[in-house]
Amino acid sequence: MSAVDAGYRTVFTGLAAIAPNGSTTERFWAATLNGVTGIRPLTFFDASGYPVRVAGEVPDFTAGDLLEGRLVAQTDRWTQIGFVAAARALSDAGVELDDIDDYDISVITAASSGGNEFGQREIQKLWAQGPRFVSPYQSIAWFYAATTGQVSIGHGIKGACGVLVAEQAGGLTALAQARRLLKEDARMVVVGGTEAPLGPYAVACQASAGLFSQRDDPARAYLPFDADANGYVPGEGGAMFIVERMTDGHRLTADRLYGHLAGYAETFDPPPGSGREPGLRRAITHALDDARIDPADVDVVFADGLGAAHADQLEAEAISAVFGPRQVPVTAPQCLVGRLQAGGAPLQVAMALLAIRDQVIPGTPSLSVLAPGCQLSIVRQTREAPVRTALVLARGYGGFNAAAVISAL
Amino acid sequence: MTGWGASITGVGVIAPGGIGREQYWQTLTAGRTATREIALFDASRFLSRIAAEADFDPVAAGLTEAEIERMDRCAQFAVVAAREAMADAGIGAGTVAPERTGVSIGSAVGCTTRLEAEYLVVSDRGANWVVRPELGSPHLYQALVPSSITAEVAWTVGAEGPAALVSTGCTSGLDAVARGVDLISEDAADVVIAGATDAPISPITVACFDAINATSRRNDDPAHASRPFDRDRDGFVLGEGAAVVILESPEHARRRGAHVYAEILGFAQRSNAYHMTGLKPDGLDMAEAIAVAMRRAGILPETISYINAHGSGTMQNDRHETAAFKASLGSHAYEVPVSSIKSMIGHSLGAIGALEVAACALAIEEDVVPPTANLDNPDPTLELDYVPIKARKNVNDVVLSVGSGFGGFQSAMLLARPAFAAGR
Repeated sequence: MSAVDAGYRTVFTGLAAIAPNGSTTERFWAATLNGVTGIRPLTFFDASGYPVRVAGEVPDFTAGDLLEGRLVAQTDRWTQIGFVAAARALSDAGVELDDIDDYDISVITAASSGGNEFGQREIQKLWAQGPRFVSPYQSIAWFYAATTGQVSIGHGIKGACGVLVAEQAGGLTALAQARRLLKEDARMVVVGGTEAPLGPYAVACQASAGLFSQRDDPARAYLPFDADANGYVPGEGGAMFIVERMTDGHRLTADRLYGHLAGYAETFDPPPGSGREPGLRRAITHALDDARIDPADVDVVFADGLGAAHADQLEAEAISAVFGPRQVPVTAPQCLVGRLQAGGAPLQVAMALLAIRDQVIPGTPSLSVLAPGCQLSIVRQTREAPVRTALVLARGYGGFNAAAVISAL
Repeated sequence: MTGWGASITGVGVIAPGGIGREQYWQTLTAGRTATREIALFDASRFLSRIAAEADFDPVAAGLTEAEIERMDRCAQFAVVAAREAMADAGIGAGTVAPERTGVSIGSAVGCTTRLEAEYLVVSDRGANWVVRPELGSPHLYQALVPSSITAEVAWTVGAEGPAALVSTGCTSGLDAVARGVDLISEDAADVVIAGATDAPISPITVACFDAINATSRRNDDPAHASRPFDRDRDGFVLGEGAAVVILESPEHARRRGAHVYAEILGFAQRSNAYHMTGLKPDGLDMAEAIAVAMRRAGILPETISYINAHGSGTMQNDRHETAAFKASLGSHAYEVPVSSIKSMIGHSLGAIGALEVAACALAIEEDVVPPTANLDNPDPTLELDYVPIKARKNVNDVVLSVGSGFGGFQSAMLLARPAFAAGR
């Protein structure tokens, strides 16, 4: 399925980011360009007994100020962040929903840990107090489709709706699903992903993977591609987008056309211990083929940057195998926000679109010494640069790989 | 959606009433109900104390100790069903390149059964909000994030192509199979392992549905508790299970001489944008999904031979989907047999859509319509032919399967006999 082939494009006409270093798109973007971190000591609960004690919390996101009380009561923080981001993305795109048939719009989100904190609270009530104390909203707040469902209902959107899960890679998989729907018959898709994985039980679950940074110094905790990398820091937030179909010769009337999804591919890694090559290189190659571009056409790579030595090296090898060692600028500004699971890749895509808008590459200020195995040209400090095409990479826990090519129109 | 479609060449099933594809079909065609008093945990504190449980022994099913320790019950179901489906399709090591093998698994609630059980360990049985991570299983992250189910299936079948989990609540199964067909139709894979799994019979999930009066409280008569379209229905009966189908393009299946159960011809999904759990009685959004699926498949209402209904056993569903059939199929709605296998195997949330796809493939193969068990007194306001109690011989050229779920999602899929699909 090539976007170019079909004579149409999947065009981003609206976006909204909510991140630990900025709870609106412009605040997030300014902080990111200036290297302002959102990683701080974890405050949502007493994490002193946990193997991770810093996190990317969004300090100024208060659902009660932004959403009606009924919705706040029915939803987990993950859905609240997604709902607000979706509304802002619609507003950013200047969409008048009344002008579009309800069936011609869709909602696709990536989910990962679902309504984990809401779920924990109700499981606790069940076991500490008894079944009749469980909230009637547990069934609609905890499950992974809650955000898509609430956005659909909240805006009267009646087209095909979906939810994809591939841990950190899911946000890109969701974009590909949006492109598929536009190819079928949808005119517009609200798409993206958010995450709020900082409930005490959810953090404990993530800890079991053994990939957390155990450092207390927020500035030295999450260091993608650094010789001193020692794991990642969890964060919350994400981004939602409006994508619309643009057919050849019919330019969309939206105020701003941020760019388009020019190529996409996903792969899965071989089983652990197989000795076979991991799937990321193939994902990159297929995504470039899908976009019908050469590696030389890519101006910047937004890397997955897990911040764990072995994973960083594998990613560097995949990038080098396609582009050549140190041949393409690579950046991982998520060092400023942490790893957001389903919200992570959408935030990278938001950065790619804003990089195209402002002709600037946000830096990776956490980097001091490049890890010896990584033959990468990392953009340390934000710099102005021509950006027409960005490659966004995401890997999901267990072996999911996704690559998306985001290009200027 | 020209060129959209795929062949089903393998079927694997874990279901209440018996393990494996053959026992599944026996249960369905015998009209035997597998609903019973909950045995998986002590349910005496709950309002609904019944469910359709699978008699699943992971060791007998061939899982290793390490696999059993690592995986939630629903992932175990999916892996075992995937292995059966691969064997059934005659796909072994070396048949298909790993890079050209994709996975699309659906699940509504993922590994939440294990998530709840492990929570009790780290929280001192719910006493502590801030838990003790050091007491937790090393596999807690797999329980938190349900894409681990897809990862397990990919490992077991050796898939390295496109892979993701679809989680749209109770339409997850149909939606995941449809995504698998997407991958085949786009030539992103030669073979896709598609299906869905859920193992939600846990205290928290039972409590969830108690809290919204969604499940049946016919605790004194569990075998007759799931009563779709019956006057005396009082809610759905929770179920569990998994089904996996092997999808490939008709050309690919022909080239390797594979047996084809059915072709998937069309699919559409629509949403009601109305209520997270409520359904409007007019059924218009499901009708729209059915109409779009028919249009995409190039199928006229009159050619549909059987409808595998959502039939969950709630009054609002019965009215909603009956109205949807009448609105989308017109007078043919009154001619075509309609049945709900949830009357026998309960409602396994996301898994059920894949179990229904498997049932449709077998119904096409065997020319039998599975019945709606317990339909002793049809709701007189509904009027359609719901195939009560006994299976029926029927020439099943084209079958419609529908699903309806929390969030307002409505899905419709059309499957056909290979000879019919080829002759269109």
